[in-house]
Amino acid sequence: MLAARDLGLGGRLDGVSAVLRPGEVTAICGPNGAGKSSLLACLAGLLAPDSGTVLMGDAPLVAMPARQRAQAIGYLPQAGDVAWDVSVEVLVALGRLPWGGVGGGGAVDRAIATMELEGLRHRPVSHLSGGERARALIARVLAGDPCWILADEPLASLDLGHALALLHLLKVEARAGRGVVLVLHDLAMAMNSADRVLVLDGGRLVADGPPAEALTETVIERVWGVRARWLGEAGARALTLPA
Amino acid sequence: MRLNLALLAALVVAVPLALLAGRVWIDPLHPTIANAPLILAGLRAPRVVLALVVGAGLGTSGAVMQGYLRNPLADPGLFGIAPSAALGAVLSLWLGAAGVPTGWWALPALALAGAGGAMALLSLIAGREGGVALFTLAGMMIASLSGALMSLAISLAPSPFALSEIVTWLMGALADRGWSEVWLGAPLTALGLACLWRTGPSLDALTLGEAAARSLGVEPRRLQSWIIAGVGLTVGASVAVAGIIGFVGLMVPHFVRPFTDRRPSSLLLPSALGGALLLVVADSLCRLLPLAGGELRLGIALSLLGAPFFLALLLRLRRGLA
Repeated sequence: MLAARDLGLGGRLDGVSAVLRPGEVTAICGPNGAGKSSLLACLAGLLAPDSGTVLMGDAPLVAMPARQRAQAIGYLPQAGDVAWDVSVEVLVALGRLPWGGVGGGGAVDRAIATMELEGLRHRPVSHLSGGERARALIARVLAGDPCWILADEPLASLDLGHALALLHLLKVEARAGRGVVLVLHDLAMAMNSADRVLVLDGGRLVADGPPAEALTETVIERVWGVRARWLGEAGARALTLPA
Repeated sequence: MRLNLALLAALVVAVPLALLAGRVWIDPLHPTIANAPLILAGLRAPRVVLALVVGAGLGTSGAVMQGYLRNPLADPGLFGIAPSAALGAVLSLWLGAAGVPTGWWALPALALAGAGGAMALLSLIAGREGGVALFTLAGMMIASLSGALMSLAISLAPSPFALSEIVTWLMGALADRGWSEVWLGAPLTALGLACLWRTGPSLDALTLGEAAARSLGVEPRRLQSWIIAGVGLTVGASVAVAGIIGFVGLMVPHFVRPFTDRRPSSLLLPSALGGALLLVVADSLCRLLPLAGGELRLGIALSLLGAPFFLALLLRLRRGLA
């Protein structure tokens, strides 16, 4: 269990409380500047909140040794830059660093296989397409075998097919017992793929629940200022926007 | 691994050659020069050992700096440690020329004090968060402050002789160095290298950016402390014994990078070996080149080699960005 208790962070977060459970895909949604990335960074233990705490189990995350925290939480930042032109295999193996080295061949091989990167294993990252690179970066997180996967807009550079495939893979990871928390801009993706949605607005948590309850048309109008309508059946819903 | 063995093999060939080469060539099989053992043990051996020590320190520092700043153009000079050490050395030469009684130890001692001062200032300014940008800016400011103070000392030199001595010293060289410099430089460099070695995994994590590195368990403040200590000791020691020798830390990691898996930690050992090799070879060439009025200064030789290399690197980067 990963729990945010009354988080406050210099105007970016204001009294946010939420209990996240393993086995679920949780989407954090909200307009630009709502505090999504800040909340994710607090949950990952990378930002210390001004007030409130983040608990992992019963222990406050800030008091946890950095390595232990890194073993439990895999975090994928929004900017997926890679400074050196390493191969996919080396990039993925960086995920093993919290376990004391870039060895651990089994976990690296599994992560590469899960993200379907076997054919690209020895290719330098500069020779990857945006989608391949995004998959390699997710594989890096998976290689660390974390209990929690926290990803900031992991679908940003992916086309529709790869985005759906990635969401499916993350869902499989969640069903296997990991907790998955994603910052998502695409509300339809959140509606159809997440088990739970947190909606932030101006640093405050304004909705929290299953997608159909959290992402209602009323909430969307209030938070995003857009009069949109949901069409279709549960699990395959589309958002129509006003002309 | 293969790269390290190749560099080691090159060193095994280069070191004996460097010992034998010079204005006076020594034939190991038919020694015709009466004082050959004296030249070897008293002049050439310390010089070659010092080239190995300084080269290994500067090469590794460069590799660590590039990994830390995630920038192939980074160089150990960026953090202001080399200019601060040089300021200390210039101050000792200045004091000596002004009539203050100083021993041979004054120059290295003040140079190390300069490096230590820069390290302390860096730790103080870098702050609790350990952000890379603030740290680099602080280093650059320390570098320009030291540079300005050095220029001031030069402009106020007590005599033309002192001026020439300071300027010549600043060019960096291994000529006329003995075992006392080795005993001073080698342990400090070894200690510095040990600190730099510890940064490997953290530098690998930084490949993915600061946030990802922290999520992988890197503690920025701790990493910074190891880097300040490691770069401070290696660069401080090298300036103390040899003056400013630029471009080694910039060039060597570039030479070896294509032969590694490009992780910053894979670069550390090859950069140490490569730096040592580069200095041994460059110093031997300086000794051999016929030049009126003495030998070519090592610092000048490396700058002559390094500046065009840097420009070529910039052109290549520009092409990569275009």
